[in-house]
Amino acid sequence: MSKKNPEYDFKWCPGCGDFGVRRALEFAMIDRLEETGLPIENNVVVAGIGCSGNLVHLLEGSQPYGFHGIHGRSLPISMGVKMGRPDLNVVVVAGDGDFLSIGGEHIAPQAARNLNICAVVMDNGVYGLTKGQSSPTTKLGVVTSSTPFGKMENEADPLELYLTLGVSFIASGFSGNPRQLAGLIKEGMNHQGFSMVHVQSPCVTYNDTYELLKGKPKEGIEPLVWDIPEDHEPNDKAAAYNLIQKRGLPIGVIYKDESRPSLDQRIEDIWSKAKEQTAQQLIDAYEF
Amino acid sequence: MQMRDFVVRFAGEGGQGVVTSAEGLAQASTQVGYHALTYATFPSQIMGGPTWTQARISDQPILSAGDDVDVLVAFNREAYETHASEVREGGVIIYNSDDKEFENFSPTDGSKSFGLPIDELARSTGNNRSANMVVMGALAHLVNMPQEYLDDFVDSRFSRGRANDDEIIASNKQAMTLGRNHTSESGLSLGDLAPPKKPENKQLMIKGNDALCLGAVAAGLNFYIGYPISPATTILIWMERNLVGPGKFAYQVSSEIESITGLLGGGFAGRKAMTATAGPGFSLMSEGLGLAWMSEIPLVVVDVQRGGPATGLPTKTEQSDLFSCMYPAHGDVRLPVIAVGTVEEAFQGAIWALNWAERYQGPVILMTEMAIAERVQNITKPDLADFKIENRKVYEGTNGYHRYEGFELSPMPIPGNPGAYVANGSEHDEMGDTTHLPERHIQMTERRFSKLNLLKDGFFESENTESRIAVMSWGGSKGPSQEAYAQLRDQGLDISWYYTMFLNPLPPKLLEELQSKDLVIVPELNYQGQFSSILRSEGVKAKSITQYTGLPFKVRHLVQHISEMAQASEKATVR
Repeated sequence: MSKKNPEYDFKWCPGCGDFGVRRALEFAMIDRLEETGLPIENNVVVAGIGCSGNLVHLLEGSQPYGFHGIHGRSLPISMGVKMGRPDLNVVVVAGDGDFLSIGGEHIAPQAARNLNICAVVMDNGVYGLTKGQSSPTTKLGVVTSSTPFGKMENEADPLELYLTLGVSFIASGFSGNPRQLAGLIKEGMNHQGFSMVHVQSPCVTYNDTYELLKGKPKEGIEPLVWDIPEDHEPNDKAAAYNLIQKRGLPIGVIYKDESRPSLDQRIEDIWSKAKEQTAQQLIDAYEF
Repeated sequence: MQMRDFVVRFAGEGGQGVVTSAEGLAQASTQVGYHALTYATFPSQIMGGPTWTQARISDQPILSAGDDVDVLVAFNREAYETHASEVREGGVIIYNSDDKEFENFSPTDGSKSFGLPIDELARSTGNNRSANMVVMGALAHLVNMPQEYLDDFVDSRFSRGRANDDEIIASNKQAMTLGRNHTSESGLSLGDLAPPKKPENKQLMIKGNDALCLGAVAAGLNFYIGYPISPATTILIWMERNLVGPGKFAYQVSSEIESITGLLGGGFAGRKAMTATAGPGFSLMSEGLGLAWMSEIPLVVVDVQRGGPATGLPTKTEQSDLFSCMYPAHGDVRLPVIAVGTVEEAFQGAIWALNWAERYQGPVILMTEMAIAERVQNITKPDLADFKIENRKVYEGTNGYHRYEGFELSPMPIPGNPGAYVANGSEHDEMGDTTHLPERHIQMTERRFSKLNLLKDGFFESENTESRIAVMSWGGSKGPSQEAYAQLRDQGLDISWYYTMFLNPLPPKLLEELQSKDLVIVPELNYQGQFSSILRSEGVKAKSITQYTGLPFKVRHLVQHISEMAQASEKATVR
């Protein structure tokens, strides 16, 4: 919403990582507007359920279209929007619970289709809005409200998952650096195919990882995040795999495959094989 | 004896030509001016399995698949034993005496059974593929159908512009003659079928699901997503093949959850969106349908009913999804429902469903059922000029628009254009931002329900409306009910007939008339009497005749139960 709406009473906690992601998305959409001349209404932000999904209501300035749907289904909703109108720029915003748990079944199909959208996942390793239950990226053994004796599952490795499923653009970002993140989101939007921008976006209330991510250089604690060196070849899948096996969290473009057509391009390809007929022609074919 | 119609049931193993024989007979008959309807059941397996298809041929329009079997064509022993008892007194059973299962076979009912060496006769023509024509010739003899009708059919069917056309035509005609002569020697006969009265209008020979697809495309459908499920799969296949080209999209996704949420995206983006599914898939769409109602997105979901619940009876017919279709989601939701009762209505219903969705900006459920989906029938060719196609009211102003303002429908902005808003599954304010204020929930709830008032233009059938007792069926039970009604009227029973495919909202005048009756009898294929329950909640004194066998009603059962109920006013169940 463009200005304060007294009816909308949702607030992120002060210091929430999602503020930085919002800023980055705004930067990316404005950059796109300036570069393409297409109005902001040419963007559609499809949001998941949870703290992160509220981003769609909290965007400032001129407004894109939004779809705040149901839990876990942001990807197939975005597929419908994109395939209905391939000229639109479609961005998904969701959290690790929505995207990787209840919505996990939708990642592989979009990767196989190479659906031309950009999904920004805000990973805070916890269900924040429901007050602190464990999520797929919560670490093994961590005590949360829903794991009183420690989490019993191993944590998911989203970057490795995306790479394995065949996502054609994978970037890793940090909400603490919105400018850098904006660049990754914009590169994801420009990529012709399914792009994932996985963002570390800490929850200051239930899982505050800022210190871990940024480290404490004065006390000799190394930051978890590190920038991907410029000599990394993102189109090399083996190099991408090696990169994410390293300690900590690489930030930047991990993998990029520009050789595959996206779903909307593949649909156009089949038009040459199929004969388009009017309703009248189709009816006539049944006459005897 | 002159016959007005006759019913042939072909039964055997999947892959023995059961369906093609029935459809071939139906095609041959319609070609010369008869009316034809086929009714099929399928085994739930790819290869083999017992299956049967029934064709009813008549000199007048056909309302149901027919109660009694005049001729059974049994391709194997199991088919013979399963279906022989369904053949009426004076009927005929033809069995394929070349099938090794019939070696040393002595029929239990020798007087009406007779072995036809179908394979041998076909082989003797030099064309092994003429077996269907041997059977056709046998049937032609039984009803004394003139040879020239069949010759015409063979000429038109096999004139394909190939070098060996003449040869194929000759062998097929010979096969027919052999079948006819062989049957004639048996001495069996059913009578003389009345000569055909060629329908005045152009006709289509079409399956229920195909008619539904044509209607949808005629209404401007340009966005289809589906997932394979019997008996809705043929709609997906049809769309994938025919809904192609710029601005059109037909696609198979990974689940019914993807279908409904994908449709939501397409409808939001301005497309005319539809999917088709059956019970289990419909259940998975529940939450998405609530979202469509909440965020006011036009779309159509076709429910091709089969037996339920859970996996239920995937290849049998039932009308047990009405509660689910009207109330598919949690919260205050009651969706518009159109239920088609014939192949013609499948075409019309699809147009109405898409028009309604566009008009009130929300989800519409189009119900059909296995018995209509798979029925092949001749129908009057629809004239597109008879149908008005509607499109949603689109917002065409500047930015700063309040998409959800007020208590009634408002124009819908389309992405790419000014008027950006958030389509929201949470309760929302005028811009689509989440809110919890009581006055907003009141406004939006009333707004959503008020839009149903835009859908009260459905039409209905009525006859002999002065009677205190009425019959009102729905969906595919229309045909048998209509036949039963006609017979009862002939017998002198004073009873009204009502029918509509618009189940929610009901046409107001229809509801008013029903409310004035002492008893409304509702034949329906479910245990609970779902439609009569809904009618009672609207103040109608409705009682059901229920049946839950997986099969359609027989006319004779309805005649019996309607007349009993008219006298005793009791609920009845057909077993």
